[in-house]
Amino acid sequence: MKIAVCIKQVPDSWAEKKMVNGLLDRVNVDAVLNDLDEYAIEEALRIAEAHGGNEESGANTVTVISMGPERASEAVRKALSMGANSAILISDPRLAGADALTTSKVLASVISKGDFDLVFCGTESTDARMSVVPAMIAERLGCAQLTFASAVTVDPTAKRVSITRVTEAGVDEIFGEFPAIVSVVEKINEPRYPSFKGIMAAKKKSIDVIDLAATGVLIENAWSVVVDAAPRPARAAGITITDDGSGADQLVAFLAQKKLI
Amino acid sequence: MSSVLILADFIGGKNTKTTAELATAAAHIGDVTAVVLAPVGQGAAYAAALVQAPISNVLVVESDSFLTHGVAAAADVLTQIIAAKNPAAVLIASHAFGKEVAGRVAVKSNSGIITDAVDVAADITATQLVFGGSTTVHSKISHGTPIITVRPNSITADLKSVSPTIETLSFDIADNAKKSTVTSSQPPVQGGRPELTEADIVVSGGRGTNGDFSAVEAFADSLGAAVGASRAATDAGWYPHSHQVGQTGKTVSPQLYVACGISGAIQHRAGMQTSKAILVINKDPEAPIFEIADFGVIGDLFAVLPKATEGVNARKS
Ligand SMILES: Cc1cc2nc3c(=O)[nH]c(=O)nc-3n(C[C@H](O)[C@H](O)[C@H](O)COP(=O)(O)OP(=O)(O)OC[C@H]3O[C@@H](n4cnc5c(N)ncnc54)[C@H](O)[C@@H]3O)c2cc1C
Ligand SMILES: Nc1ncnc2c1ncn2[C@@H]1O[C@H](COP(=O)(O)O)[C@@H](O)[C@H]1O
Repeated sequence: MKIAVCIKQVPDSWAEKKMVNGLLDRVNVDAVLNDLDEYAIEEALRIAEAHGGNEESGANTVTVISMGPERASEAVRKALSMGANSAILISDPRLAGADALTTSKVLASVISKGDFDLVFCGTESTDARMSVVPAMIAERLGCAQLTFASAVTVDPTAKRVSITRVTEAGVDEIFGEFPAIVSVVEKINEPRYPSFKGIMAAKKKSIDVIDLAATGVLIENAWSVVVDAAPRPARAAGITITDDGSGADQLVAFLAQKKLI
Repeated sequence: MSSVLILADFIGGKNTKTTAELATAAAHIGDVTAVVLAPVGQGAAYAAALVQAPISNVLVVESDSFLTHGVAAAADVLTQIIAAKNPAAVLIASHAFGKEVAGRVAVKSNSGIITDAVDVAADITATQLVFGGSTTVHSKISHGTPIITVRPNSITADLKSVSPTIETLSFDIADNAKKSTVTSSQPPVQGGRPELTEADIVVSGGRGTNGDFSAVEAFADSLGAAVGASRAATDAGWYPHSHQVGQTGKTVSPQLYVACGISGAIQHRAGMQTSKAILVINKDPEAPIFEIADFGVIGDLFAVLPKATEGVNARKS
């Protein structure tokens, strides 16, 4: 099987984030691999390993695809050291500040050229928090959308993939044929740490850095514009008390004063 | 007056409170038409639920593809309705299903999309709270039909009584929208308590409960609240995953959020920090959750909660 994993480099969740000219300031913050994408990498590797492996002589390949600035190669390198075979990084100044419509267009174009059977994604990037890119890729490629998976089983011979989807609407069992876009929730597995051997091996793997022209995608227009962005007034400092036996009474008095009871 | 479409929000065949919130936001912009996507034979029953919200028209489409092909089928039909009706905007609930439908509709209709809005103004400017609620952003769609998903429980619903006109339409669903097939579906289990994302008050328990949620549940019941849990509690199997609050659980924004025995990890905060008031009970004064508390009690939840439950119940009688 040819498997792809879409990963994104995001600002560290703990970092203080700021807007500059209507865009998230990505330059002056620590950047990490979107932690939800680690589950996608792990699941891709497990599926490959369960069906003949992705070593040099193995039956499968796992390719990481990422769109982002050149420094996103750090996140890509982490995926390679976990065990992915190769990587494509789409990096172009014209893609700075790209929204989900553009991102999904670029990713779909690169995916369609790679002839993949399965594409794994995380359910959400922790910066944009839109949870729409996997569905958009499926729409653009006209292939099966199997998203919010808490379990994935693959039958390479029948070219079929089945998942358990967990959302607010309950639990669904869903299947589709290759090629399919699968997004995984964090309950699905425990991502591995890169081993020393994996880290050394990743240093020898090449990252194919391409620009927008190489994807064949034209950026026609902006889809949305930020009118303004302003920090919200900080929460008024709260009251903290130490329970000396009267904590519950004070708590109830607070609720009453705020008209919450 | 321009017309605005909303996708009526049904979960497990039940109309949610979110539908009225979407209609209320949409009514800022224009005349509201609610789209109802129902299994064959259920359209009339679904439409009959839409009588308490500023809705002028209901458009019913019946197809079993909504059950078997989920997101893709809903997006296919909604896009055809947009092409036929040319609305000023389309508002959809901001949850997993709603956002995915919105995403596919945006691609199909070549339109801009904004997710997780907490309000939408008359000129179709959407308000979002980003970076954990620390920043307010106003944005507008600059191309196509604005597709906006609205976060449940962020708009006070106008529950006025209406009797909308009902129109039934039928559409063919494209083969590309039938590439994934649902073989079985289990709706969420509804206990006696309010739904987490709809509740005015949420009381959550974490690792500090040590697996015993009885004090958390009793306090929740005294307040008529929903019960939530941290990932530590759901991972341990103490509470169902469907009750997890946080980045990979549900996003809630109730009038009051009560965190009991929860440390306040960034992933937990991501799902609750836009709550209007936050109350904390934790025995560790250093727990980061105190940083966002309006009222914090440093103490043992097993001592504080039962007394607080008594206190609330006493006020009611
Ligand atoms: C990819 C990813 C996604 C995640 N998604 C989520 C998510 O959606 N939601 C989520 O919640 N977490 C999520 N997490 C986990 C998160 O990082 C924390 O591990 C988790 O929130 C901790 O739960 P907790 O606060 O209950 O436990 P802890 O951090 O162990 O805190 C327990 C607290 O209870 C207090 N306590 C103990 N006993 C008592 C007592 N008797 N009375 C009062 N207080 C007491 C302690 O002082 C402590 O502060 C995610 C993590 C990752 C990596
Ligand atoms: N720039 C990107 N490059 C590669 N994959 C991405 C990118 N943006 C989003 N994704 C994938 O889409 C998923 C959902 O992202 P989002 O829709 O932005 O919340 C992520 O978990 C990634 O798997």
